Amino acid sequence: MSTSAVPQSGFAEAGADLELVGITKRFPGFTAIEDLDLRIPAGSFFALLGPSGCGKTTTLRLIAGLEEPTAGRILIGGKDVTATKAFQRPVNTVFQSYALFPHMTILENVAFGLKRRKMANADALAHEALRLVELDHVSSRKPSQLSGGQQQRVALARAIVNRPALLLLDEPLGALDLKLRRQMQIELKDIQDTVGLTFLHVTHDQEEAMTMADTVAVMNKGVIEQMGAPQELYELPHTAFVATFLGQSNLMSGAVVSSSGTSMVVDVAGNRVEVPRERAQRHSGELTIGVRPEKVTLHGSEPKRETGRNLVGPGRITDVSFSGVSTQYEVTSPVFGIFTVFAQNTSISRMHHDGDEVWMSWDVGHTFGLADEPSTVPALRFDDDTDTSMIATQRREQLEAELEGA
Amino acid sequence: MAFGAFATSTAVAEPAARRKSPIALLLLLPGLLYLGLFFLVPLFSLVITSLQQPDPVVFGQFENAFRWENYVTVLQQYWPQTVRAFGYAALATLFALLIGFPLAYFIGITLRRWPLLQALALVLVIAPFFISFLLRTIAWKQLFSDEGPIVGFLQALAILPGDAAITGSAFAVVFGLTYNFIPFMTLPIYTSLERLDLRYVEAGGDLYASPRSTFFRVTLPLAAPGIMSGTLLTFIPAAGDYVNASREFLGSTDTAMIGNVIEANFLVLQNFPAAAALSLVLMAAILILVSAYVKRSGTEDLL
Ligand SMILES: Nc1ncnc2c1ncn2[C@@H]1O[C@H](COP(=O)(O)OP(=O)(O)OP(=O)(O)O)[C@@H](O)[C@H]1O
Ligand SMILES: [Mg+2]
Repeated sequence: MSTSAVPQSGFAEAGADLELVGITKRFPGFTAIEDLDLRIPAGSFFALLGPSGCGKTTTLRLIAGLEEPTAGRILIGGKDVTATKAFQRPVNTVFQSYALFPHMTILENVAFGLKRRKMANADALAHEALRLVELDHVSSRKPSQLSGGQQQRVALARAIVNRPALLLLDEPLGALDLKLRRQMQIELKDIQDTVGLTFLHVTHDQEEAMTMADTVAVMNKGVIEQMGAPQELYELPHTAFVATFLGQSNLMSGAVVSSSGTSMVVDVAGNRVEVPRERAQRHSGELTIGVRPEKVTLHGSEPKRETGRNLVGPGRITDVSFSGVSTQYEVTSPVFGIFTVFAQNTSISRMHHDGDEVWMSWDVGHTFGLADEPSTVPALRFDDDTDTSMIATQRREQLEAELEGA
Repeated sequence: MAFGAFATSTAVAEPAARRKSPIALLLLLPGLLYLGLFFLVPLFSLVITSLQQPDPVVFGQFENAFRWENYVTVLQQYWPQTVRAFGYAALATLFALLIGFPLAYFIGITLRRWPLLQALALVLVIAPFFISFLLRTIAWKQLFSDEGPIVGFLQALAILPGDAAITGSAFAVVFGLTYNFIPFMTLPIYTSLERLDLRYVEAGGDLYASPRSTFFRVTLPLAAPGIMSGTLLTFIPAAGDYVNASREFLGSTDTAMIGNVIEANFLVLQNFPAAAALSLVLMAAILILVSAYVKRSGTEDLL
């Protein structure tokens, strides 16, 4: 290995592209990653979001060189690094388990990477990084003498002090309280912006992913279900998993009954719901469609049908929870199941109450059509004549399934 | 604020937990009795013996006195054996470490993925204990003997001259010591390597340390407690050993160690004060060397 990708001294001047080509990782008897293709342009902040056990850490370990892919190639900055060892890759990781060296002081931990690369002022730089995470005052302690959140910040400092072309962050802020977490998010974004490094950030916190990242990828069971700008992902989810994992969604299903050049009409248990063609992933047969809860308006009496607005109802309000800026309503109907509606608490909007009969409408342009077969979407398995108690049971089962999956 | 309250409450709780309770003392009692009866009393009698002088009337009897010159005499007479003992013990410790560490690493880390093989390898390390070490040392004497296969082989290759012998040489004694103490070195090192979290090694690689550098900066320091106990468990008994270096086994009069002269003085020459003084010299020397070693290596690593 004469041509190591790691610069022998100095910091990376800019971030590096990362490209995964057809990566598959099999553990004995278990496929953790299935044929993953991914391209992260240099200097971008990329967030990887997904439920526990979906393969996020495994993906990072493959990129860092701590795990060998069963198939596929990894390119960093255009260079194929698949065959190189971890220490030869211009990559640093903030480990989910911190992995701080227990026999070294905090300062020695943070300066470790710099010293291995023979940086001249390693200690000064390490102190600076520790000041950034507000831990310079504990620099002479051992890791076991720090709290979990402090250890996590040291792990962060130990990685970013190296200014690598590609920084992998495995839930780097998970153990911090809200205030500190916001502050660290800003620091991270700052570092990333000023140096133009490439960040690959794994997180459970969708809000963190959406506010920080240029691109968000939602991963499920070892495959990336959808990838794009946060807003794009939120407004136009492609699969039921993305629609429900990233924020909440009201999902419905039915057969396409008519179709024009620009839109389709789906029959949802007798309600005609329109969805723009370009916002749908499938265009015939049984379709799963959805709308975000904050896009839906509640009506106390049946409104007149308008073109350009979808209308479903009636349903009965079964739950109201007031949260200051908005109110969350749960509307249950034997016909279309449970609908969640977020209503802004503006002065003119009138409060609805538990037990009220309501109709719901929303702009056609906010409807999205998913790629899933309706029969495979767990939230949708109910018949037209289900009574409320059965719906309650289904809802519980659905919740249990979600909990199991999590 | 809540954290502050918590911190003070634990600080207060700690001395309470350390306060001596009568039950703890009661539980300590058998151990203290044992120490007093089987360590302090013999030690005291050894000190008294070492200061005795020959009975002017009955030959071969000794009477209590304060003859500190005994120490000067034995040191003058036996300093070569004393120095040799520590030299051989140090060499044996070094060789046992050089053999035991890779062995422990192999069993504790390389074989981690195959627990069955790991258990088997451990049994193999312990297996020699099933046969008396006297027998095993005698067996080596046979193997190394002038008519034995090893000398014959080396002579055939003209590596050894025709009249050379291995038994009775320093090599044979250090070899025997090393051989006998390898398990004592391997097992403690194995224990600390076996629970070494490999994520630290991965973190080393992630932070640009080559495998070699990671080994010296991460793996080795984390295995230090095991190395420490292993070297102590080897060095201390090896320094006082009187089997390997004795003429009946692998040594000769030229390789006698302090253990051999203590044995000779107690059992053959029946010069009890000299033997007792030598024992105390050995003990003091080990104490000084070991405490210097422990202090240098950092005591907290032992915990
Ligand atoms: N060494 C291994 N051998 C077998 N299976 C493994 C191994 N490492 C991970 N897995 C499995 O691969 C899957 C993905 O694991 P991974 O650690 O990547 O999850 P993750 O997405 O990081 O989850 P979390 O959010 O909980 O950290 C899990 O089901 C896990 O059990
Ligand atoms: Mg993980």
